[in-house]
Amino acid sequence: MTILESMVGSTMSLALWTLLKVLAIAVPVMICVAFTTLAERKVIGYMQMRLGPNRVTFFGVGFLRGWAQPFADVVKLLLKEVIVPTNSNKFLFLLAPVLSLTPALAAWAVIPFSDYLVLTNIDAGLLYVMAITSMGVYGVIVAGWASNSKYAFLGAMRSAAQIVAYEIAMGFALVCVLMMSASLNLTVIVESQKGTFGLLGWNLIPLFPMFVVYFIAGVAETNRAPFDVAEGESEIVAGPHVEYSGTCFAVFFLAEYANMLLISTLATIMFLGGWLSPIPGLSDGAVWLLVKVAFLMFCFFWFRATFPRYRYDQIMRLGWKVFIPLTIVWLVFIGVLLKMSWWPW
Amino acid sequence: MQTSQLAFYFFSIILIVAASRVITSKNPVHAAMFLVLAFFTAACLWITLGAEFLAIALVLVYVGAVMVLFIFVVMMLDINREKERRRYRNWLLPVLIIAGVMVAEMFFVLGEQNLGIDSTPYPIFNDPNYSNTKELGRLIYTEYVYAFEIAAVILLVAIVAAIALTLRVRNNKRANDVADQVSTSSTGRIRMLSDLNDDIDANKRKDL
Repeated sequence: MTILESMVGSTMSLALWTLLKVLAIAVPVMICVAFTTLAERKVIGYMQMRLGPNRVTFFGVGFLRGWAQPFADVVKLLLKEVIVPTNSNKFLFLLAPVLSLTPALAAWAVIPFSDYLVLTNIDAGLLYVMAITSMGVYGVIVAGWASNSKYAFLGAMRSAAQIVAYEIAMGFALVCVLMMSASLNLTVIVESQKGTFGLLGWNLIPLFPMFVVYFIAGVAETNRAPFDVAEGESEIVAGPHVEYSGTCFAVFFLAEYANMLLISTLATIMFLGGWLSPIPGLSDGAVWLLVKVAFLMFCFFWFRATFPRYRYDQIMRLGWKVFIPLTIVWLVFIGVLLKMSWWPW
Repeated sequence: MQTSQLAFYFFSIILIVAASRVITSKNPVHAAMFLVLAFFTAACLWITLGAEFLAIALVLVYVGAVMVLFIFVVMMLDINREKERRRYRNWLLPVLIIAGVMVAEMFFVLGEQNLGIDSTPYPIFNDPNYSNTKELGRLIYTEYVYAFEIAAVILLVAIVAAIALTLRVRNNKRANDVADQVSTSSTGRIRMLSDLNDDIDANKRKDL
């Protein structure tokens, strides 16, 4: 930073330094997303007794066969033509992918990777994340409307209703977390899970039902299987994405996987103790966060390979009539628990 | 010019343009999207004033929930605005009078004498450890607890009233009974006939 300051002055150097830090988060997230697509295809491949992608490689290196697949996919999508349907709203049609990617990346601004690795350590971090992620639904809605296609519109309607329903349960689950840690700051939330017993101090133990609700709601929010009725290939082709091709589709794809990574990271921070080590005695560090996030990402793929798609009315029932009452009951339970100080540590 | 001033003018221009496009754009979906932009920009302005909790709450509640439902409804309406536009022109004079009265009233309440730069103190930017959110929570649950609870009860009454007014119980609803579906067992699904031939013979005899 001091080198930058001597070159361009203090205000500019601050802006450039922040930009560099933003890139230091955004670029790894993008690379992660690229390899997540490969991992998903590999995992689902092995679960279905196939091999998955095993051809494309870097410079003909034998043992990296399949590893260059994400880059081949990206190049393929970038070279394809972006088709704008007739009578569609061109401006909104092209804005929709941006609207879905921006929140998925902006939310990373407050995510702490370890006790000092965080872009902005703000007090209302949890609120910020909830506010930003709640805007992600616009991408899908606007895409569905602007495409001027009935399939896309049906998908957008389904997705909007589903996301609104599950966001409430998600919010209540997070309220339980902030009651346990008495803070909205994500770093403090992780620090409050630190105990002498390692794994037993995590929010996972007192808030186990909330962890389950949060993660299932996260799967529903990202429109992933078994809650992927918005895309529903068998009924409405590909939902909101049906008219998108080339780069625009790639951006939607990026947003979906970046959101999956974000949900996994948030679940890790809220319930699985973030960068804290599960075994007392081992040192804490960002590597624990990565391991936990990788496990939750694996669960996303696992669900997709295992469960058949939910029926739409069952999704609505699960969201409104099961999850929301459960979260409210647990909220009261945690309140009593804290008031009576029944929690041993 | 300071950076904060620059940010203020930047957000203000976007806010004014977005707000005026809400009432001038012909397409209702465009108007709703501009309203989203207006809310978001207002939240940005509040952040520059140091009210981060209110700003984030605005985005969370209005942008994230209210406007989603709003757009949901607007998209499904098929409004022919051109025909209605012609009808609006007949009402131009009364509308202008009402709008003028409202502007005058707002001027008396929000005018310079009450909320001017001289009469309102500049927001104090405390040290970085000062938490706007915590202060707000403390005020709501101590000093203004009754007002807050009354507001909550009014909202609850509104929710109950809205549901009571729109609830229609239909007898011929063809929805699945979930409790019935969950409690099925194999014995309720398949009926095993002990001797198929006996049944068929019995039926044949009945027919004859």
